[in-house]
Amino acid sequence: MTYAHTIEHAEIVHRCFRCGYCKFPSDYVDFNCPSYKAFGWDTYSPGGRMWLIRAWLNDEIKSSPHFAEILYSCVACDNCKNQCVFPKFRDFLPDIFQETKAELVNDGRIPPEVRDYFKAIAISGNPYKLPQSERGKWAEGTGLQPYTNQEYLFYAGCVGSYDEVGQKMARSVGKLLSDAGISAGILGSEEACDGSEVKVLGEMGLFTKLAQENIGQFKAKGIKKIITLDPHALNVFKKDYPKLGGEFRVFHYTEILAGLIKDKKIALTNYPVKVTYHDPCYLGRHNQIYGPPREILKAIPGVELVEMHRNALNAFCCGGGGGNFFTDILGTGEDSAGRVRVREARDTRARIVAVACPSCAKMLSDAVKTEGLEDTLEVLGIAEIIERARAK
Amino acid sequence: MSDILKALIEIVGERGVSNTPEELWFYSRDPGVLTPHLPDYVVAPRTTEEVRKIVLLANREKIPVVPMGNGMSLTGLVIPLKGGIVLDMKRMNKILEVNAMARYAVVEGGTSQGVLKAYLQEHYPQLRHSIPDAPPTTTIAANAALHGQGRLTQQYGFNSEMVTGLEVVLPTGEVCLIGSPSLGPYWFSRGPTMPDLSALFLGWLGTTGIITKIGLRLYPNKKIRDVELFVTDRVDLIPDILYKLTHLEILEDVNVWFQPKPLMFQGNFHITLYFTGDTEEEIAFKRRMVWDALQEYMDSKDGGFMSVQYMKEMLMEMPQRGIADFADVPKGGGFEYSGPITIIEHFPQYAAKVVELAAKYDVLYASSARLISGGHCMMFSISFAFNRNDPAMMTRVKHALDEATAFALEMGGIPWKPNFMEQKMIMEKMDKNALKLLQMIKNNLDPQGIMNPGNWEVNS
Amino acid sequence: MYALQWKEKVCATCPSADCLLKCQYISFARHDEAHGEMMKVVRGEDSRVLHECATCYACEEYCKRGNHPFYLISERREERGMFTAPRPITNQWKNMTQMQGKYMVGQVKDKALSCCFIPDLGILGTGEIFKDVASAVAFGAEFMCPAVHTHFARMSVIKERLPIVIENFVKLGVKEVICLHDECYGTFTAIASAYGIDVPFKPVYYMDFLLSRMKEMKDRIKPLGIKAAYQRPCSNRLIPDKHPLVKEILDLIGVELPNREYQGENCLCCGEILRSVSGYKLADDVQERNLNDMVQTGAEYCVFNCPACQSSLSEKVAKKGLKPVHIIDLCKMALGEKERGVR
Repeated sequence: MTYAHTIEHAEIVHRCFRCGYCKFPSDYVDFNCPSYKAFGWDTYSPGGRMWLIRAWLNDEIKSSPHFAEILYSCVACDNCKNQCVFPKFRDFLPDIFQETKAELVNDGRIPPEVRDYFKAIAISGNPYKLPQSERGKWAEGTGLQPYTNQEYLFYAGCVGSYDEVGQKMARSVGKLLSDAGISAGILGSEEACDGSEVKVLGEMGLFTKLAQENIGQFKAKGIKKIITLDPHALNVFKKDYPKLGGEFRVFHYTEILAGLIKDKKIALTNYPVKVTYHDPCYLGRHNQIYGPPREILKAIPGVELVEMHRNALNAFCCGGGGGNFFTDILGTGEDSAGRVRVREARDTRARIVAVACPSCAKMLSDAVKTEGLEDTLEVLGIAEIIERARAK
Repeated sequence: MSDILKALIEIVGERGVSNTPEELWFYSRDPGVLTPHLPDYVVAPRTTEEVRKIVLLANREKIPVVPMGNGMSLTGLVIPLKGGIVLDMKRMNKILEVNAMARYAVVEGGTSQGVLKAYLQEHYPQLRHSIPDAPPTTTIAANAALHGQGRLTQQYGFNSEMVTGLEVVLPTGEVCLIGSPSLGPYWFSRGPTMPDLSALFLGWLGTTGIITKIGLRLYPNKKIRDVELFVTDRVDLIPDILYKLTHLEILEDVNVWFQPKPLMFQGNFHITLYFTGDTEEEIAFKRRMVWDALQEYMDSKDGGFMSVQYMKEMLMEMPQRGIADFADVPKGGGFEYSGPITIIEHFPQYAAKVVELAAKYDVLYASSARLISGGHCMMFSISFAFNRNDPAMMTRVKHALDEATAFALEMGGIPWKPNFMEQKMIMEKMDKNALKLLQMIKNNLDPQGIMNPGNWEVNS
Repeated sequence: MYALQWKEKVCATCPSADCLLKCQYISFARHDEAHGEMMKVVRGEDSRVLHECATCYACEEYCKRGNHPFYLISERREERGMFTAPRPITNQWKNMTQMQGKYMVGQVKDKALSCCFIPDLGILGTGEIFKDVASAVAFGAEFMCPAVHTHFARMSVIKERLPIVIENFVKLGVKEVICLHDECYGTFTAIASAYGIDVPFKPVYYMDFLLSRMKEMKDRIKPLGIKAAYQRPCSNRLIPDKHPLVKEILDLIGVELPNREYQGENCLCCGEILRSVSGYKLADDVQERNLNDMVQTGAEYCVFNCPACQSSLSEKVAKKGLKPVHIIDLCKMALGEKERGVR
């Protein structure tokens, strides 16, 4: 076939039957594709995207703001990849969406919010357009020191470094690591954006530049092991950096904390509370890390862990993935992912929604406010919950 | 902005209507082989009142309205053949009521099979509904409206026979309750003992109204389900085998299938038999009954039960996810089937026709017949897979399906969910007075001809 | 075409007729009756044996005189155009195991780890025990022992395919093939030898390999301290000299093998093939007796050698309260690689 546009997996696109399994979790309880759930048109479902991409490749539809919105409303949660019934090509669904976005970037046909994000990263090094010198301020008082040959680098990422909710989460993790005697340092004002969202939004040139600079810096400093706050960073370090020559041993902080608790290096007292855990897409579906956060919660005396109906492989995204945390293309309507998710959390009658990703923390905190659930539901990072159990 | 668009936005809000090239392109087609046709608008209502207002607007402006569930009939029943509004019903997806004692559920017109299944599983594990092998996104109302079938069909008949009441927006905008809900709060009967008005909407493929609520029979969900797989290489024995099996009156579902690929299935006809029980003893007893019923074929070495261990998980799924996989056999994202309803004794002739057509048109086949109502009839599917990037193959599939439909009509069968061309073939062959009755009903219900026009065109 | 190498005189002069007298599925009152029926088979005449044999392989083990009663019965059945199982089942097996070029070969050098055509074997052949050979997997119909067709009296399939399978291994340049499937080893040794088919590599029985590896890692073994009933597969009847390995391995990992009625030569079929060949009544009866016998020993686990037996009986033994487990997994449990009670 000759196409009007080119993407790497163009020869697969026509194989989608658009049967719609991709919209659901494995028990079909509700739509599990956040953009389909929010917008309600079949075009916003993974199958719809596949069919539209084919039409676009064939020049039957043109690049347009609406086409771009359909693509950029995808939160890259990987639900479709896991639910698609076609084993021979389902793994490529997220790649196809990303490749199409990369083409839109090349053509300059991207939503203004996405353009602004790229611009902020390119100019300021972070999406908040805040000075680089403030990047390490969150760590004050945690006991964490600048990286100088410690065993681990603790990488906070943009959200952990600049966002208020993210900083809180980063601080609690940093303090625990420090108190438990883990040999870890931070890059502080030398830390740069990991590029995860830049990549998923399709700016491959900028992503490669960020990744190569990070790899260069990590290598120059002799960094071999990294603990990330953000599962998005974990994912990009694990899966994309090696392709550019950056081989590191990468851990999510919950993996490290679970080990410390198991080895009784963090003493815990009773904290009687009902908690539900929200699986971040980049920790769970993308990297199959489901156990450690739950092990931590179960180890806290008094904590009763209750699962939301959709959990682990079937967890519903907070709506912040695929760059939506910054671009907000998914919006804040009644069926937006964050609001749907906190309603699901509310239904468990839990008092706390435990999160393990700074983006999820922010998205769900905002949704709790929008839903008016501040009095019944609190969104807390896993380390923040541990802190409470230590303080008691 | 056109006046119609403004009016639609007024009814459903900005996020409920679209006329962008993307949505129009997508909603102009289904996954089958028929030619697409663009709608003018795609509208997604959330309430019966919105549907009513849209229909009134359509009447006023004389624009077609095509109600759509998930659009998976594969026979182009939601392709807007004359443009107009495609009404995506899937935002009307609430489960309104489950009456556990009377064993029925009432759901909105866009509720999907998957959502009802999950809901019952969680809240009423003792109950189940008849789940078709179509994907879980397909809607309950659309499936009933086209006389669909699924698990339990062997026991209880077409899914349309399981309807216990309807709320319908008529083509002229009136909201009409059909069956027991028209008299009181209960949705237990679609008609009896009154005239059964549900027949005015079931099988009409959205040409006589829009189903906004539907009552559906639920059935006991026994604690254990099990499956056996009988194979024979003698197609001539199939009708007798099925007769003996249906005589048992214990089978939830019976499917007869044959396909040339993978190789292990070549040359044999497979009969998948599902049965249920609340105890191991009940299951063992039923299994023995099934085996005993077919002992003579095992003695003659003409048939036997194959081990289902490796396939069991796949066979037990509801819906069966593997079925969609046929679409990717030619690495191409599509299949379509003709599914005539026929008497069981014609199985050998239909089976021969499938093989003949596949060879003649050089396409890949798979066939699966499902028994309906204890063997009174069966749905015989003649499925051909195609590569969506190969227009010539798609044309061959289309010709093969056309020929399959002509054959089915010759054999006295009834094409299932017929496309607009097949509907014409049916009407040409139909008893003339029956056709006249169809005309009277259709013209009275939809005087302006706005409902899914191009389908059941009784006046042309 | 290869031919079965057997001697009429050996049968004619047999003083015991054990092959049939010991048969668990056909009854004979006396030696002369059993011997008479076998001689009918030998002479190519019709015999009730040809109609009643359940294909359990046991007579291959009962015959101590080196003849091959079971292969002969199967040959005779095929010569007469008989089907043991229904015709469509027989053909299905033939089609299912047809070589179609869909095989998988890992990094094979002088050793290959044969997973036959059974996906479950690939998972078993991993971990510390198989660390040096796990990457040398050979899997697919191209590497499958065709012995299963003996059940269906289609020796022609074996004679046609076995030399190709052997040739496929030879093409890999192997000196040794470690057979994870009991039946593969039986085929490369017993069946190949009975038909005079040359096997130019050394077939290694996985239990020999397992025992030797477990001895090497003896220090790491944490004895399991459990009781397990062993389900001996039909194919083990082809290689009875290997049967004692089970006890040796289980002894090494602290698993007690309690005595039971249906053990050793008196073991019972898993029932899977019986269901096809002789119908559900016999299969159900055999399974019921077999499982009740296991339960009576007080065993906590039912340990399998053959994945086909495991597939056939797992659910049923679990319902009887025993945990189904493959012997390799038991070894992995003893090494702490696998949780107890997990398949």
